[in-house]
Amino acid sequence: MTEPAVQPSASDVRDLVVVGSGPAGYTAAIYAARAGLAPVVVAGSVTAGGALMNTTEVENFPGFPDGIQGPELMDSMQKQAEKFGAEVLWDDATSLDLTGDVKVVTTGNGDVFRARAVILATGSAYRELGLADEKRLSGRGVSWCATCDGFFFRDQDILVVGGGDSAVEEATFLTRFGRSVTIVHRRDELRASKIMADRAAADPKISFAWNSEVVAIHGEEKVTGVTLRDTVTGGTREVGAGGLFVAIGHVPRSDLLLGQVDLDESGYVAVVGRSTRTNLTGVFACGDLVDHTYRQAITAAGSGCAAALDAQHFLASLTDVVDPVVPGEALVPAALVEEEL
Amino acid sequence: MSTTDVTDLTFEAEVLRSDVPVVVDFWAPWCGPCRLVSPVLDELSEEYAGRVKIVKVNADENPGLSEDFKVQSIPFIAFFTRGEMENSLVGARPKAVLKEAVEELLAAADA
Repeated sequence: MTEPAVQPSASDVRDLVVVGSGPAGYTAAIYAARAGLAPVVVAGSVTAGGALMNTTEVENFPGFPDGIQGPELMDSMQKQAEKFGAEVLWDDATSLDLTGDVKVVTTGNGDVFRARAVILATGSAYRELGLADEKRLSGRGVSWCATCDGFFFRDQDILVVGGGDSAVEEATFLTRFGRSVTIVHRRDELRASKIMADRAAADPKISFAWNSEVVAIHGEEKVTGVTLRDTVTGGTREVGAGGLFVAIGHVPRSDLLLGQVDLDESGYVAVVGRSTRTNLTGVFACGDLVDHTYRQAITAAGSGCAAALDAQHFLASLTDVVDPVVPGEALVPAALVEEEL
Repeated sequence: MSTTDVTDLTFEAEVLRSDVPVVVDFWAPWCGPCRLVSPVLDELSEEYAGRVKIVKVNADENPGLSEDFKVQSIPFIAFFTRGEMENSLVGARPKAVLKEAVEELLAAADA
């Protein structure tokens, strides 16, 4: 990593760095900034704004009776955080050292941030099939986002992998464009809610490949088809398709935390009780990074708020902190923090 | 030098017959990740002014071009020199990656 040219000074140890920038990260930044903590938000170079950047109309975020476009909502959250003094960087955290009293966050551009508290809000990523040609053909027929890419599959045969609500939602959306849409599912019935499953079953453009899994993706410049294996008989068959949409769930983005922050068996950050505290003092986690269950923009925002309040509380409790570089660095007065609460 | 919009009609003149290498950004108004790439390309357009031309194609309004270049996901960033597509990148990428691709394009153009 590139070391900063200038030696770190007292001002280099700040109160708070937020890593991640979905509804959780930005809400944490709004609350922390209003409390005078002047957080830096490492928003991500390509993931800034989080999962909502890949959605179109968001109809269930309270306060928008006419709906709002996902990217527009995220732009607004960013502006709101900046308005109160958050510094938003479109850069990736490439390494984190969270175990000491002073946490160190290093970014892709080589910036190094030192802070007394860190809020982790890196969210989750789409789960991949794990097949050899998946990456190569990603964006060339293999997609994780019907609303982003569906447009390019007009009059083509489309496969959607998965059996949950999101797979059915994607399939239903894709019928606007595709000639046919086939849902490929490992079992003989959908896991999706009844209303969604019924809707799909009634759609003349949607058919099903039950007890089937994709074992190979074909195509040179773009996807031309897949090999399906029957999960009961083990037999394989070739199916032609121009598009392969993968909707088999999510995995938390916790790779950078391995070995430092306690994760649960699925890789989500483990937090203490109803708080956002992790096993490390001064490190808080929120949003989809901790949430197996709800995974909504509004629940992520709520937990981002909780993380900011937890971090404020923690920072206020650091009465006898000794700055490792220049002693005597002023903390945000506890009185101010209380007032903002 | 800011980025210009190119359409089905102007593509040949602006891109294929350009004197300098061209980077083409296929985007659409509904595409969230496109919003992340667009400002980065604007910056690169300034940095490489006169050496590389950076243009944008609205994929919604120019389906012919999307089809010609087999665009199946956006942002789709295509790198042209002497009328040929040398390389393409799909999805939002960090500035460093885009810059490296521009450097490669310049190298290809000099070869």
